[in-house]
Amino acid sequence: MTTTAASRVVQVSSEMDIVRVRQAAREAAVEAGFSLVEQTKLVTAASELARNTLVHGGGGQVSTELTVQQGRTVIRMVFTDSGPGIADVDQALADGFSTRGGMGLGLGGAKRLVDHFAIETGPDRGTVVTISSAARRGRRR
Amino acid sequence: MIIAAHGEAGARLRDFLDRRRDDIIGSWVETGFFGEAAGDAAADVRADCENVLTALSHVVETGNLHDPAAEPFQEIRALLGGLAAQQARQGNTAAQITANLTWLKEPVLRLWLDEQPEGQQRTEDVLALSAALDTLRLVVMETAVTEGADIIAHQQQQLAEMSTPIIKLWKGVLAVPLIGTLDSMRSQAATESLLQAIVDQQAQVAILDITGVPAVDTMVAQHLLKTAMAARLMGAECIISGIRPQIAQTMVQLGIDLGEVATRASLSDALAYALNRVGLSVTPAQRG
Repeated sequence: MTTTAASRVVQVSSEMDIVRVRQAAREAAVEAGFSLVEQTKLVTAASELARNTLVHGGGGQVSTELTVQQGRTVIRMVFTDSGPGIADVDQALADGFSTRGGMGLGLGGAKRLVDHFAIETGPDRGTVVTISSAARRGRRR
Repeated sequence: MIIAAHGEAGARLRDFLDRRRDDIIGSWVETGFFGEAAGDAAADVRADCENVLTALSHVVETGNLHDPAAEPFQEIRALLGGLAAQQARQGNTAAQITANLTWLKEPVLRLWLDEQPEGQQRTEDVLALSAALDTLRLVVMETAVTEGADIIAHQQQQLAEMSTPIIKLWKGVLAVPLIGTLDSMRSQAATESLLQAIVDQQAQVAILDITGVPAVDTMVAQHLLKTAMAARLMGAECIISGIRPQIAQTMVQLGIDLGEVATRASLSDALAYALNRVGLSVTPAQRG
């Protein structure tokens, strides 16, 4: 059974908005009963992807929603931009590849930090990245 | 519906507001919207009421009932802003402050209805008065919201200006406590002041403490690495301390490699390491 509990959308158009995305991720993680490590992983992944949305996508939006699947609370975050898109996804996901002088770990690193990672993109199609994570040990407070 | 109160009606309403000035001010003072009218403050509260009433009577006279930007309202903007700020400090939201303004409307309308004979004219005039008072509410709402936006802009500026302190822990040992979100502007400022302090104090070791940083993503990590590299070029060694378990795990999964930069879990471990680097050791004091 899947029930959607709450959804929150943050518009990303400046560096301040990345902070708001992180806060949204942190709040959702606390509500879902994530452990401190799980919280930090989700917040860090959200931070990386929101920065990609801003820097590479030229801004966009991030939606965060909590759903309950088979008694487990799952957090799903969708990062949408209508920027130039990514021509070679495999290359973008490879560690050390960067077009803007970063460490080249953001996209691949974010993928490693979450349970599920999906990316929909192509040249001039914009980019939609969807991540989801669930608490390991049931619901805790 | 637009109610015009030009000419005759405008003069009639203005005459009413001027004639019943003392009654209106009396009832307004009682509402408490203008603040506590006790002791020394009583005169101020009366003066505020008079200013607002004067603006209101100008507005009904000119018939410009629906325009919050009307000149008489512009003149009392600062006064209304002050009142709104005062209420905001008492914990009222912009909506509550505006709601409280209904207190001003009721006594005025009551006085008017009491003294006028029934009829079409009385209805038209009361609608005009009511419209003017509603516009006054809009003006207050506007000033209350602007006030909030000003405070936020001011705080943002303060936050950006809040420089990261460079602390001298020992001769040749510096510490930089990094706190909160490191956006590019703040981290750049922190790096610059650290490098300057290394020169000024001839430091050999600089400790970057990230205990107060909630999450380390690749941008923060890259910034730390660049700072450490720059310090090394100047002959100082950087130590990163305050790496909590959850941060360590996340950094590993992100794939961040801090390379040759020494890292420690706590600031005290980092200090012990730093003292060792400058050739000092801490021993228990000899007690005699």
